[in-house]
Amino acid sequence: MTPRVVFPNRVLPYLLVAPQLAITLVFFYWPAGQALYQSMLKEDPFGLRSKFVWFANFEKVLSDPAYMNSIKVTTVFSLATAIVAMSVALLLAVMADKVVRGKGIYRTLMIWPYAVAPAIAGMLFLFMFNPSIGTLAVLLRKAGFAWDPLLNGTDAMMLVVTAAAWKQISYNFLFFVAGLQAIPKTLIEAAAIDGAGETKRFWTIIFPLLAPTTFFLLVINTTYAFFDTFGIIHAVTGGGPGKSTETLVYKVYNDGFVNLILGDSAAQSVILMVIVIALTAVQFRYVEKKVHYG
Amino acid sequence: MATVDLKDVKKVYAGGIEAVKGVSIAIPDKELCVLVGPSGCGKSTLLRMIAGLEAISSGTVSIDGKVVNEISPTDRDIAMVFQNYALYPHMKVYDNMAYGLRNRGTPKAEIDSRVRSTAKVLELDHLLDRRPRELSGGQRQRVAMGRAIVRNPKVFLFDEPLSNLDAKLRGQMRVEIKNLQRSLGVTSVYVTHDQLEAMTLADILVVMNAGLVEQMGAPLDIYEKPASTFVASFIGAPPMNLMALGRDGGQPHLADGAKLGVEPPAAATTLGFRPEDALVLPPDAKQGGFVLPAVVEAVEPVGAESFLHCAAAGSRILVRVSGRATAKPGDKLAVAANSDKIHWFDASGKRV
Repeated sequence: MTPRVVFPNRVLPYLLVAPQLAITLVFFYWPAGQALYQSMLKEDPFGLRSKFVWFANFEKVLSDPAYMNSIKVTTVFSLATAIVAMSVALLLAVMADKVVRGKGIYRTLMIWPYAVAPAIAGMLFLFMFNPSIGTLAVLLRKAGFAWDPLLNGTDAMMLVVTAAAWKQISYNFLFFVAGLQAIPKTLIEAAAIDGAGETKRFWTIIFPLLAPTTFFLLVINTTYAFFDTFGIIHAVTGGGPGKSTETLVYKVYNDGFVNLILGDSAAQSVILMVIVIALTAVQFRYVEKKVHYG
Repeated sequence: MATVDLKDVKKVYAGGIEAVKGVSIAIPDKELCVLVGPSGCGKSTLLRMIAGLEAISSGTVSIDGKVVNEISPTDRDIAMVFQNYALYPHMKVYDNMAYGLRNRGTPKAEIDSRVRSTAKVLELDHLLDRRPRELSGGQRQRVAMGRAIVRNPKVFLFDEPLSNLDAKLRGQMRVEIKNLQRSLGVTSVYVTHDQLEAMTLADILVVMNAGLVEQMGAPLDIYEKPASTFVASFIGAPPMNLMALGRDGGQPHLADGAKLGVEPPAAATTLGFRPEDALVLPPDAKQGGFVLPAVVEAVEPVGAESFLHCAAAGSRILVRVSGRATAKPGDKLAVAANSDKIHWFDASGKRV
């Protein structure tokens, strides 16, 4: 335990945290409260009157097959994005660790994609994989794949996962590189002397010791896939074709701001909030305990 | 079990820096060779080259008669104890020790019996289920030893294994390492910068300086006949007193012009004698031979012995007297040394 720092002044500490608290209150707790309130309201089609209906919106949303589909889509999308983004980043980080010359340049270049805005990243992939004009789509088609993300739901899912993962790889890469550097070199040497080949060293020493980083990234990547990929989905597929890439966040937007069913949308965002809180709590409670070594 | 032979081993780093400039050492089977020297002398690099962790720029390293230059550390059949122990933090003590055996495909039952018997020898049997972070420094050190021993390798390599322990524990472990090494009969290379460790552990002592071997031999031979002023000041604590000789007009004399009282060899330019070989006489002593008038500047009582820091013949010398010193700072006395205890070195620092 680090020793506690105590401010002698009683007012100053509150003043210092006040801006942060104000921001959190205005931009998080207030909207969250509004969402909670709105999720129990039902509006007329013209938005003139609203009625307090308790949990009717939740009942409606949870019994809606389209919502169940959205849960399924989100699960597939998040898992795929997190797994692809993390495994590719880990592979790149391990490789980058072996680079001797130009290590700095290599790493810097690897970080650039993170600076690309989600919608732009989405557009990049949209163009590259557009069935009629996309460069890579042509190659895919020539290689014998019937590639059409505009009509085929699986193809569309692959496309958004690729775009979402691509953007997150840089971030993960950065953390994996730092994680790898934090592993004492003598441990790797000791393992080599203990007769472990390179692959074995990776799986028995490096990978377990990276666990804290991997865990952290798992939380970050899940949250990212849940929330921050809205721009990509909006730009690339708009939730389609059909509803095959309509994630929970996208559905909140679609129902609330496109279809103007505000009560449903608010109920969905409350459910989403609960899901993410639960997910993070579970991750911290059960996974984190197993991943820290002193 | 194995001999270790180094033939003209060199290490040149990418920037052209020569860390090891051609070292040849032959370590007979079952002997413990200690590489000692100041930091940056190349001793650790040399050890890492024997381990295979560092590429050999030129020369050959042979283990058991076989050149291992191109063999990876994985296949050299060596075990190494690292300065920071390098225990796998995510594994229990048992798994730390079993790791090397598992990698070599040892049957499970044999792994179990070997780990348990080794743990018993090192008094680790009650700690097998702990993780390294739950152990004290001394216990971690033992686990690191255990991990090396359990594999029954051809060669043990020790890279300053005791430098992270406190003085008392270091003394204990030193004896223990020596006993273990002797009873197991495994050829060992031990790197340290501590001359006491080097003296007490070594069968063969190799004193290194600036990438080269300064002297190699039995520890006491090196103590008695240091090959150079570097060795003389490095081996033995406190270090040997060294005094420069002047020689104008053919008559050798000390820095302040005082006569020597003994005839130095023709090439000698430095005289040396150990603090423990110095004799303290009353200032007016009428005695032939090497006698210097000296003034006590400081007294360090250690208990069983005391050290007198004196000014004599224009330089500062150190004298060891046993028990409690009667001299006080400012006292005048004479320091003498028997002629057979005086070492002579030439202009290049080599023994004459």
